[in-house]
Amino acid sequence: MLTLTEAVRDQIVAHAKRDHPDEACGVVAGPEGSDRAERVVEMVNAAGSPTFYEFDSGELLDLYKQMWARDEEPVVVYHSHTATEAYPSRTDIGLASEPGAHYVLVSTREHGNSDGPVEFRSYRIIDGEVTEEEVTIVKEHS
Amino acid sequence: MTIEVRIPTILRTYTGGEKAVQGQGDTLAALIEDLEGNHPGLKDRLVEAKDGQDDLRRFVNLYVNDEDVRFTGGLGTALSDGDQVVVLPAVAGG
Repeated sequence: MLTLTEAVRDQIVAHAKRDHPDEACGVVAGPEGSDRAERVVEMVNAAGSPTFYEFDSGELLDLYKQMWARDEEPVVVYHSHTATEAYPSRTDIGLASEPGAHYVLVSTREHGNSDGPVEFRSYRIIDGEVTEEEVTIVKEHS
Repeated sequence: MTIEVRIPTILRTYTGGEKAVQGQGDTLAALIEDLEGNHPGLKDRLVEAKDGQDDLRRFVNLYVNDEDVRFTGGLGTALSDGDQVVVLPAVAGG
């Protein structure tokens, strides 16, 4: 199960809506081993594409160095699908490289840049196997 | 000559769980060969054959002293004692 605060969920959704029709991507970092997704880091989609996302390699290194310095890890890796459902694509599964992370997918296919609900789902992706998990939204972490 | 190599979580199965290992070599290619001797299987996760020659895998990033080696000569990138190498899988998908 993934537990997120409203603020973190809202920031991910806002990012996905803003970047539509391109895919938005980022991480939510948290203290190592805590499973608490606390700090949203919006990343630039270097692919700038409606069907692909990739962190810029220089920004990727900066992000990881920052997390190592803070004893953090990527608790959530998120990205949006802008024309399809919020379910990992074959490419997502093939390239998933953080076995400890929750992979959050947001689909903006219904309302695009406009207000309105989005699909917001979370998965574990380990060794090519996808397991969906429940997302619980809380006011703040207990 | 000692070079520290930072290993990402997903490849620590090859390093007995270690976050960083040490190796040697005067190029990145030589370093990877050296690492393979102590951590069998690691090389195949970093390089693949392209047109009959070893090349970096598309979705693995290697950095020497914070420079992406794609901009410094790839596997031919020269290394010196004390260099810091970081391996990071791309964060990407469709």
